[in-house]
Amino acid sequence: MAFDSLSEKLQGVFKNLKSKGRLTESDVKTALKEVKMALLEADVNFKVVKQFTNTVTEKALGSDVMNGLNPGQMVIKIVNEELVNLMGSEVTDITYGTGGEITTIMMVGLQGAGKTTTTAKLAGKVKKRGKKPLLVACDIYRPAAIEQLQINGKKQEVEVFSLGDKEKPVKIAKEAMDYAKKNGFDVVIFDTAGRLHIDEDMMDELASIKKNINILNTILVVDAMTGQDAVNVSSTFDEKIGIDGVIVTKLDGDTRGGAALSIKAVTGKPILYAGMGEKLSDLEQFHPDRMASRILGMGDVLSLIEKAEAEIDKDAAIQLSKKVKKASFDFNDYLTSMEQMKKLGGLSSILGMMPGINSSQMAQIEGAVDDKKLAHIEAIILSMTPAERENPKLLNPSRKHRIAAGAGLDIAEVNRFVKQFEQSKKMMKQMPNMMGKGRRGMRFPF
Amino acid sequence: MAEKISFWQRLIKGLTKTRDNFIKSMDYIFNGFTNIDEDFYEELEEVLIMGDIGVRTTETILDDLRDAVKKEHIKEPSECKEFLINEIKEQMSLGEAAFEFENKTSVVLVIGVNGVGKTTTIGKLAGKLKANGKKVMVAGADTFRAAASDQLKEWANRASVDFVGGPEGSDPAAVVYDAVHAAKARGIDVLLVDTAGRLHNKKNLMNELSKINNTITKEFPEAYRETLIVLDGTTGQNALVQAKEFSDVTDISGIVLTKLDGTAKGGIAIAIQSELKLPVKYIGVGETIDDLEKFNADEFVDALFYAEG
Repeated sequence: MAFDSLSEKLQGVFKNLKSKGRLTESDVKTALKEVKMALLEADVNFKVVKQFTNTVTEKALGSDVMNGLNPGQMVIKIVNEELVNLMGSEVTDITYGTGGEITTIMMVGLQGAGKTTTTAKLAGKVKKRGKKPLLVACDIYRPAAIEQLQINGKKQEVEVFSLGDKEKPVKIAKEAMDYAKKNGFDVVIFDTAGRLHIDEDMMDELASIKKNINILNTILVVDAMTGQDAVNVSSTFDEKIGIDGVIVTKLDGDTRGGAALSIKAVTGKPILYAGMGEKLSDLEQFHPDRMASRILGMGDVLSLIEKAEAEIDKDAAIQLSKKVKKASFDFNDYLTSMEQMKKLGGLSSILGMMPGINSSQMAQIEGAVDDKKLAHIEAIILSMTPAERENPKLLNPSRKHRIAAGAGLDIAEVNRFVKQFEQSKKMMKQMPNMMGKGRRGMRFPF
Repeated sequence: MAEKISFWQRLIKGLTKTRDNFIKSMDYIFNGFTNIDEDFYEELEEVLIMGDIGVRTTETILDDLRDAVKKEHIKEPSECKEFLINEIKEQMSLGEAAFEFENKTSVVLVIGVNGVGKTTTIGKLAGKLKANGKKVMVAGADTFRAAASDQLKEWANRASVDFVGGPEGSDPAAVVYDAVHAAKARGIDVLLVDTAGRLHNKKNLMNELSKINNTITKEFPEAYRETLIVLDGTTGQNALVQAKEFSDVTDISGIVLTKLDGTAKGGIAIAIQSELKLPVKYIGVGETIDDLEKFNADEFVDALFYAEG
């Protein structure tokens, strides 16, 4: 159990609370000790954790809890509320220029945070809004940084402005603005070199770009896996050059992302977007309240629906989500949704946003749908009769033999797939309960 | 030795801001407390956790300290400091065979998640080995990230070593296959293999890595193998998970800890050593070729604990 996710941990803690019925003072303390450990293991800054657990303790030990009919509910509610408080509850976006003013965005951060990739992703987002973005290559230090931006720009069909790596970034930025004005670009995004927050000269370079150009948005790009130091990095960037917002990258990893919580708590600056994968489309609007509820294991079902709406047509999304809810998912649905799932970044990416799914279950499911096997699965399903596809229960050994022969695969592979399919279905059956009882009504499962 | 001193000075300089805070808190704890009591342990816990050493390892360290205090009748908080320093040093010390690959015909596979500094590390390693008179080749098996190959090629040029790569999107195992055969044909001493950054929870990418690994094993069985995982010194507890997951796919023989020139303390290295028994072999404190050095436990721990390097 060394590497449980924060939500698994908290779920474990509160399951124990639940079984005890009425909550005592020492229960609150024990639970919050676990919360504290979990948050620290999630890399939430020590001071933030201290403040957080103090606040929760204060509130939890207040009269509300003692008089409440269901003390367990109260603790979860308070922990959740405080997490939301810390993260902020409003969705924030880039500030766009008004009255014909060009929207300027400067991307800053440490080396390796993912600035160049994020810059291109952001350009794609901006373009989808009907704007005409220009990317500016101001990283003249890292070998091949300019090429990387150019290649990614091309993929997004966004123009990249570059003067090579011999000119000073300030000069590049100024000329880029002239170029943008002349050629009708309305959003200009500057990709700057990664730098350390304690490197005075490099920080001055950013300050001097800001002095020469009216930058509407200075965006700090932060690796979600950053440790305790996230607080130093973000507060120093904010003090020295002033930041307006944050983009957290690599949130598709299994990091618990405590850094996001810390940065918000310490700088007060909003997190605008989250990088969720390697594809250039994998940049998502950041919903702070949902992040908080995901930490609590309530999942991020709303994000899933939004993502589905953007990538596949609405009807199909509704159909799919209905099927998932009713667990009336058959092989036909599996087949038709395979394409859509690929668009969504795979089944595991969808399940990751659902509540109550832990990493080992994820791994099981992922095993069933990894890319190479997709072709096999397709062959298996296509070798079934329409009746079999609609009713998985029909599959007996002799039918399976026929299917295996038809698909040109070993019977073991057919068995494995059918078993995995049934497991997935079982999981889907559990989901509606969690979804129904989750977020909105704040009704808890006990 | 002149270069070495300047390197540690750079590390110390890099760590100054951090170290100031760290030392200040350490001093406050070791000299401010007159008794070894629960408050003392609690303050110590905070300082260690703030250094990214992690909850679990911090607990282990504190338990050991409590035992020692009892057994050896330690009365003064300042004695605890010596105990801690010695314990961490002992834990982090490298065996004699740690850099054996430099003396053999070897393949060094460099792996890690995105953005930790793999390509830069390879560039620096190539430069160092070349300066020591080795015939070095670098293989760009990162065929995924746009321009990664160009970046590595640039490093290879700077170090004037051989380079083998493939087009963007091509099979990385094929690049490795080519590189291994080229290295054999040209009598290369050390072949450094750069791989694409991959999040350790992406199954397909991890499978790809194991394919690369198998290619080397199959095509170059006589080569001495070294697999270095590059970890970003600013990473928190997730680095532990990374090291663990990667070690399921390949036999990791050492850690390169990068970006220690910021304010992060790199305490995660202590956690990894303690929980996974993987040694730190190199640390990086900057962007020039000289900014990568072999790890020295004494100097590393001293740099963290002492005001004057």
